[in-house]
Amino acid sequence: MSGEESVLEAEGSVPTTADPGAVGEGGSVGDSPLRREDARALRGETTYTDDFGQEAAALAFVRSPHAHADIEGIDTDAAAATDGVVAVYTWADLVESDAPMELPVSTDPLDCEVPGHPVLARDRVRYDGQPVAAVVATDRYVAEDGVDAVEVEYDPRGVESDPEAATGEDAPTLFDAASDNVAAVGELGDREQTDRAFAEAEEVVSVELENNRLIPSALEPRAALAEFDRTEGFTVTMTSQSPHGHRRKLSHTLGVPERQIRVISPDVGGGFGHKGHHHPGEAMAAWAAMRLERPVKWTARRSANYLEGAHARDHQTHAEIGVDDDGTIRGLRVETDANVGGYALGGGAAMPGWYGSLLSSQYDIPAISCLTRAVFTNTAPLHSYRGAGRPEAVYVAERMVSAAARELDFDPVDLRRHNQVDPGEFPFETAAGATYDSGDYGNAMDRALDAVDYDDYRERVAETDGPVTDDEGRHVGVGVACYVESTGGGYESGVVRAHPDGTVTVSAGTHSHGQGHETTYAQIVADELGVPYDDIDVREGDSDSIPTGTGTFGSRSTITGGNAVAESAREVREKARDLAAATLEADPADLEHDDGEFRVTGTDRSVSFADVASQAYGWGVPDGFEPGLESTTFYEQEATAYTFGTHAARVAVDPETGEIDVERYVAVDDCGERINPLIVDGQVHGGVAQGLGQALSEQAVYADNGNLRTASLQDYAVPKSLDVPEIETEATVTPSPVNDLGVKGIGEAGTIAAPPTLVDAVLDALAPLGVESIDMPLTDETVWTAVRDAEE
Amino acid sequence: MSEHEVTVTVDGATETASVEARRLLVHALREEWGYTQPNVGCESGKCGACTVEMDGDVVKSCCVLAVQADGSEINTVAGVDGAPEGLTAAGDRVPEPGSDGDAEFGPVQRSFHEEHGLQCGYCTPGMVLRARDLLADNPDPTRAEIREGLKGNVCRCTGYENVVDAVEAAAAKLEPIETDGGGVGDGTATRGDD
Amino acid sequence: MFPPQFDYERPDRLDAALDALAAEDAVALAGGHDLIPMLKAREADPGTVVDLGGLDELRGVERVAGDSVEQLSIGALTTDADLLAADPAGVDALLDATRAVGDAQIRNRGTVGGNLAAAHPASDIPAATLAADGTLHLVGPDGDREVSAEEFATGDHETVCGDDELLTRISVPLDPDAAGAYARKTHPSTGYAAVGVAARLRVVDGGVADPRVAAVSLCDVPVRLSAVEDALRGVDVGAPVDAVASAAECADEGVDAPVREDHIVSADQRRAILPKYVEEAVSEALARAVGREGVVA
Repeated sequence: MSGEESVLEAEGSVPTTADPGAVGEGGSVGDSPLRREDARALRGETTYTDDFGQEAAALAFVRSPHAHADIEGIDTDAAAATDGVVAVYTWADLVESDAPMELPVSTDPLDCEVPGHPVLARDRVRYDGQPVAAVVATDRYVAEDGVDAVEVEYDPRGVESDPEAATGEDAPTLFDAASDNVAAVGELGDREQTDRAFAEAEEVVSVELENNRLIPSALEPRAALAEFDRTEGFTVTMTSQSPHGHRRKLSHTLGVPERQIRVISPDVGGGFGHKGHHHPGEAMAAWAAMRLERPVKWTARRSANYLEGAHARDHQTHAEIGVDDDGTIRGLRVETDANVGGYALGGGAAMPGWYGSLLSSQYDIPAISCLTRAVFTNTAPLHSYRGAGRPEAVYVAERMVSAAARELDFDPVDLRRHNQVDPGEFPFETAAGATYDSGDYGNAMDRALDAVDYDDYRERVAETDGPVTDDEGRHVGVGVACYVESTGGGYESGVVRAHPDGTVTVSAGTHSHGQGHETTYAQIVADELGVPYDDIDVREGDSDSIPTGTGTFGSRSTITGGNAVAESAREVREKARDLAAATLEADPADLEHDDGEFRVTGTDRSVSFADVASQAYGWGVPDGFEPGLESTTFYEQEATAYTFGTHAARVAVDPETGEIDVERYVAVDDCGERINPLIVDGQVHGGVAQGLGQALSEQAVYADNGNLRTASLQDYAVPKSLDVPEIETEATVTPSPVNDLGVKGIGEAGTIAAPPTLVDAVLDALAPLGVESIDMPLTDETVWTAVRDAEE
Repeated sequence: MSEHEVTVTVDGATETASVEARRLLVHALREEWGYTQPNVGCESGKCGACTVEMDGDVVKSCCVLAVQADGSEINTVAGVDGAPEGLTAAGDRVPEPGSDGDAEFGPVQRSFHEEHGLQCGYCTPGMVLRARDLLADNPDPTRAEIREGLKGNVCRCTGYENVVDAVEAAAAKLEPIETDGGGVGDGTATRGDD
Repeated sequence: MFPPQFDYERPDRLDAALDALAAEDAVALAGGHDLIPMLKAREADPGTVVDLGGLDELRGVERVAGDSVEQLSIGALTTDADLLAADPAGVDALLDATRAVGDAQIRNRGTVGGNLAAAHPASDIPAATLAADGTLHLVGPDGDREVSAEEFATGDHETVCGDDELLTRISVPLDPDAAGAYARKTHPSTGYAAVGVAARLRVVDGGVADPRVAAVSLCDVPVRLSAVEDALRGVDVGAPVDAVASAAECADEGVDAPVREDHIVSADQRRAILPKYVEEAVSEALARAVGREGVVA
């Protein structure tokens, strides 16, 4: 496989239905070699954070059972006296130390100056489960005994979990600096222009929409093993999607320079966003390790993981769409109350401000305005979770487009097609402030419609008097959702290092937690470098040995990490070529590079990459050359790459019981060039399953008193194997022009597209019964209630 | 407080420890004896990541006290290879170790590998053990039966799609061992009658 | 996740087990899938856990003579999986219900007796034992006693079984003319029943006789659906479809006890979906009865 051609020319290339090669063969970009990561999992040799540090002391938190309360006093005597308890800490201990011990709050997006989340509560708790004290013991059972023995006196305050209600006059105030509990107000788009557009639009449809509150439920709970040495500083092995990110945050929280902190992220059992955030656990473990000068390990219990979050989504939206009778969308006007939770943590407060930038979805909407309020409530802090703002925006856009179609009596697909951005219009700047790099929306949509026999279904609807039903009397519906996804933000570090023996180590600041970078990065470098796939190793997850990078989240790794290592590989290749040319006494332009060898064109004079590498690290480097054969790149793509696609679903809904049967689910996604189609499909499956989880069963529920009712897998309904339908995947390929590999992200596509797809299908099925709107999760109860309400 | 001497066989090796009665088997396996394959994913016995084989039965080791396991034979995913009980690799349907450089896996593990039936790997030890168990009871399951059969093992990464593919592919690689008086594997359970 | 401390005993004889249970603060451990999660959540804090696992005499499935009809006797410590493996005839609803329990791993440890003794309102097996008019056999310091399935559970995790008594076996009458079935709606998060219905009936002279229909997870204890039973009695099995559907419609009539609810499935919803599962269970029971045609099931 030649290393020369590595990228399709993005402009002018014809989007195709991707035709993957045989699974398990090859090692180039576009092949689907089986994953290298699998062996250790299948043999039980993986090393997750809790697998380490069996001798470490165990850390457990005392957590508030109140959603909002002042702390009157904490008595740790009994706990400290418990056999096997090594230490018990409260804020009083933390504040005496030099460490700030407050999780940083990014105040820029906020309209108020509020304190960050203290690692242990200072004098007040603001959500059920907030850490109040920390117990360190010889093992976790004893630590739990210690936790039980800590006595805390609380003076409860009023509680409010709902963001809209929290802004009301009578609502309890969480922070003095925000008396109405509004953390930030964000405005996006042009309000005046939008109002004018609405005034002129022939029809206006408005819908109240909810995006239900979720808890990212990676199967591996969060964990951190902290070690401290006076000379070496901190070594924190932890479940992290972003080792350098956590290093930076720990540096802030501990008040220690970054160079004195090493973060190692080993195998990670799923992340989905919440393992990129900074939580009390790792900070407390590190602080305790320093204080006690012994290793301290914290592993969250599932309930702890759920109580402290970060939670996700939780938007209440009033949305309006202005359309003309011919189907042209004139504008979208959106007002959203977004829940921040008990403390402002990163994305939780910031995301609502920019989520609206995706509101245009695939359409050319001339006027968009989005006003959001991010509101504090007595619930767990919210943050980004697979999709991070994009599912919320696309859900609004797609629900509104379908609502408009219903109002106009327009076919919902025709309405979408009428407004979709045309292939020739890219790069396309939307009224929401996003610039879409490339796309062929109609192509992907057609494939999805084909796959679910959409035209046949519409014919049947037209011919049928009343609802379309199946043999069992269930109402059949077909739903469609088109989406865009912004991917590849920020920069990333990528290193390609050739060793003297000609084998290669690749490293990057991303951190795979299921996405298969050990395989895909090797494919990329094999192609760029012309070195056999099997001679390449990939390393991630150590902030010491990898140049500072950003991490894995936001569908960014292939774009940023992939391109970073690709560029480093090209640098190495070029230097190797020049060295080879010098050795062969030829002009570099006369060299062919094939299969690990540099050969003078038309001759049999060649030198292997291994020889070149050996020479580069030897004593005989030719004049004018620096020794060494490696390259480090810090890569940022030119602009944002926008993945897109259309998902479609056919459902059968039983109006008597509310049960939904998802009979077909088709995902057509375009993430540009696909490095490993097998892995891409896997990401789509996983994202769709989580998106259907949101749509059908998942919801974090707080009781009126602010206690989290869904603090375990017993009560929080993650999809099991029989809850998820068969997911059919197809792909189109429209390369991105904004990065060299022509790739776009894919990790979050499913969570973005599946909720509106599913809801659209169910609304289609129930429309004949008079159901006009419905909110997720579409539990049997929700559907049944909607049908009953429509009957009245 | 009650401390007890517990002796088990894990993946063929004899292990002993003195544990409190309250110590869960999953913790004894992971910490006393260093078998970190069963993973802890929840607190309520729902996720199945802690699944191990105990005296031939798949169980959730987070809901067994270590003391209850005294005298048992336990297998983690590291201790099982080859075909599930009562089944054998069918003729030439199991491929030679591939060029991907991996050593031989048994047919079930191999199928998970070939079908990309794992991503982060956290559920995988439990999932593989239960998949083997499912096939031992039902060597030719439908996709619906596979989904029903795996409901005690939560996965958040794969959406189950490729896991079902993997079990199907494993079934295709396996056939019942012929015994006198008729074949095993006609779909009815025949194990565990003690 | 980490149980509190407790003492542990594993008696190898029933009388030793009873002695151990007589102590204050002692609880019995069978399969562990009810007690151990409670211990992990520290919702239970016993002084002693008495592991019944050594009581082989409480395992096994066999037919025994009864007063008037033969009985199937199931040792309380028989695991769900072992019951399914034994596949005894004549207890269709019980096998259906046992098959519905949890998942394969849970069924390998969970016991029939433990399921009944725990009296989790959403457990499946109690519906079947009630529909089958089963009898629970208890042993205590004062000797043996029998309790009908109908009287056994008194509330959420409450039964008439004393702290110093043990459920040793469950007996279910075997009736060659009878057939049963169990159908349930799985709760989306718990994996238990959101509602579960067991039906058992006889076919005599072409008509339904002795219908018994029981629901779990509707109320805190299993309940007979007497209105359904009344409507089914005498139904002509030749043309049952509408009759079953209309019998199912009155499913919750006469159910006095408060209907359960949680954050996913409300009380109203349980009432609303009950007819569907009544219909499923009854239809299947009928089909099996008719299919048997007098052959011992």
